[in-house]
Amino acid sequence: MDFNLSEEQRLLKESVDGLLTDVYGFDQRKKYLKEKGGWSRVVWSRFAEQGLLGLPFVEADGGFGGGGVETMIVMEAFGRALVVEPYLATVVIGGGFLRHGGSNVQKAAHLPGIIDGSKTFGFAQLEKNSRYDLNDVTTSAKKSGDGWVIDGEKFVVLNGENADTLIVTVRTKGAQRDSSGIAVLLVPADARGISKKSYLTQDGLHAADVSFTSVEVGSAAAIGDPENALPLIERVVDDARTALCAEAVGLMDESLKVTVDYMKTRKQFGVPIGSFQSLQHRAADMFVALEQAHSMSMYATMAAEIDDAAERAKAVAAAKVQIGRSGKFIGQQSIQLHGGIGMTMAAKIGHYFKRLTMIEHTFGDADYHLRRVSETGLLA
Amino acid sequence: MDLVFTEEEQAFRRQVRQFLRDNVSPQVQRKMIEGRHVSKEEMVTWWRILNKKGWNVSPWPKEYGGTGWSSVQHYIFREELQMYPAPTPLAFGVGMVGPVIYTFGNEAQKQYYLPRIANVDDWWCQGFSEPGAGSDLASLTTKAERRGDKWIINGQKTWTTLAQHADMIFCLCRTDSSAKKQMGISFIVFCLNSKGVTVRPIQTIDGGHEVNEVFFDDVEVPYENLIGEENKGWDYAKFLLGNERTGIARVGVSKERIRHIRELAANFESGGRPMIEDPRFREKLAISEIELKALELTQLRIVADEGKHGKGKSNPASSMLKIKGSQSQQTATELLMEMIGPLAAPYNEHPDSPDEAMDWIAQIAPSYFNNRKVSIYGGSDEIQRNIIAKAVLGL
Repeated sequence: MDFNLSEEQRLLKESVDGLLTDVYGFDQRKKYLKEKGGWSRVVWSRFAEQGLLGLPFVEADGGFGGGGVETMIVMEAFGRALVVEPYLATVVIGGGFLRHGGSNVQKAAHLPGIIDGSKTFGFAQLEKNSRYDLNDVTTSAKKSGDGWVIDGEKFVVLNGENADTLIVTVRTKGAQRDSSGIAVLLVPADARGISKKSYLTQDGLHAADVSFTSVEVGSAAAIGDPENALPLIERVVDDARTALCAEAVGLMDESLKVTVDYMKTRKQFGVPIGSFQSLQHRAADMFVALEQAHSMSMYATMAAEIDDAAERAKAVAAAKVQIGRSGKFIGQQSIQLHGGIGMTMAAKIGHYFKRLTMIEHTFGDADYHLRRVSETGLLA
Repeated sequence: MDLVFTEEEQAFRRQVRQFLRDNVSPQVQRKMIEGRHVSKEEMVTWWRILNKKGWNVSPWPKEYGGTGWSSVQHYIFREELQMYPAPTPLAFGVGMVGPVIYTFGNEAQKQYYLPRIANVDDWWCQGFSEPGAGSDLASLTTKAERRGDKWIINGQKTWTTLAQHADMIFCLCRTDSSAKKQMGISFIVFCLNSKGVTVRPIQTIDGGHEVNEVFFDDVEVPYENLIGEENKGWDYAKFLLGNERTGIARVGVSKERIRHIRELAANFESGGRPMIEDPRFREKLAISEIELKALELTQLRIVADEGKHGKGKSNPASSMLKIKGSQSQQTATELLMEMIGPLAAPYNEHPDSPDEAMDWIAQIAPSYFNNRKVSIYGGSDEIQRNIIAKAVLGL
């Protein structure tokens, strides 16, 4: 039992925190949001220079051999700074599929571009009616010669507007909700037959609804088993959930800090509002919610590396429940304690709340994961 | 970072568990699972077995009989006791007065009291709360007046847990009425069977008798029973309550209760199926399991951080352990209450009478009512929030 960071991890944390202090102030972020696609290529290349884009990949693939803790450190820092660059979609998810299921050829083709920052990925998984069920897939991929022909529609594709490559979940066999008969395909974002409707999301990120009309890809497009890729999808999405938990902890931590600072300076009735006991107790409850979330983020980080799929899924689901509940409470109360100013786009705090809210509705909300945990119970 | 217990820590856990299997009376274990009354004799017998093993005062410094375990080992030991379940060492002696005596007492007091606490030769109780001094403990009025080589003590304490078993009391008494309220308090220990002491039972809403009122009427106590310096008692009390807080989450107790609920709910029918298949009930149980897992890790994080706050200083974040620990314990008893529903109704006049044949169902309502206390004692939830707001958040 050891909660300390190793020397290397401590240095990583210092360097990420240092970089974000330099390049990711709230006003600097506003400029990035206005750049083409809504994020900064300059910042992205700084991430590449510091090795963040190659963090989770083994050294043989040109990476730095980082594990879950390293990703947790980065995501927490990104949460604190409200980073909008497509790290989750590209490194955690795109990279995750390649790490956990990619062939050597696929890795050689795609990892260098991820690691040097020249390419980004999008994840086309959500469908109109799939909600949080990863097995609910109607977008079809029919065998055609050596390759596949894709038809269907995907919604809120993460980094869908800007990605060079899309990772698309498709049905190759069976009915809409069957667990088998699902494939994961690598599709160039500019492939013929793809049309995109891009938009800004509530949290300042960019996504797209993407439709596929007779999109042809070769046989090499499939990552893993084209008739049974659901376990791979679950594994990568568990990584993504875990990364989101860490990002949410960073968001909550900063929300509480900003809110407490505000309570110390904002005066009403001639005194700082932080001197009122009812508000102090609210802030104390936010602290408790944050610490519980922090513990569960660590728990998920450790569990995400377990190979036993059922054990891993249960732990990650439990963490997502805690993060969802804590995030909603801290987010809403941060706005409440700020009062009117918390309602404005100009104030920082609302942007934390919005990102926390979007995280809650990504890859399963608290109720969804609670149902999963309740089927077996958490404690052995 | 590694959230798995090391091989050594797991071996230690197995060693503790084996010792419990070999030494805890099955009758005591069963009583504790069912939430029934464990008698004074049963507890003292068990604690003396622990003491013989050298484990009854495990957290104390080695020179006073402690084990020298790591903070994680202490955590494991406590959790194993709670989960087995077996009675944990008497908090009033081992966790409270003992550390005050070895930290602030003189040599003679250490020599005399510490071995007696370890072997439970004396049962200790706590004389802190008064009718007018609850959360505002420093407003206490029980008075100790110096007369020659004696203290003359007058006043009243209340909520005195298990005073009916006690031989000794450690008492906060006002020794200087002219000083600011925190400054004029001293920490004095004495025999509960001294002349002028009256113990009266308080019946709590579960029907049981755990707490008492204790009256002092010109009680004569030798001057040397003062611990530490005169008028420094408030500092010692804060030290003591800080010690209490880290152990107060009682994660192992809640884990054991949830295990018990799961087992009972698998066999208890509702709507023609086992209660555990009721989705609403199952989700509530899952929420409490998740909260408890989070609490367990938070506690371990705070345990791992111990010592970084200076000797004898507690981490103010440990106040959250009290809040969440209380919630977990209360939720578990609430879930049991929900499970048995209308069958909770019969009231037993003597719920803590040592009745072997008593049905486990009969313990559920009393346990639910009784557990409301945990968010009140040892610094109420609201006091803990005050501590977090001030000492952690700087408000």
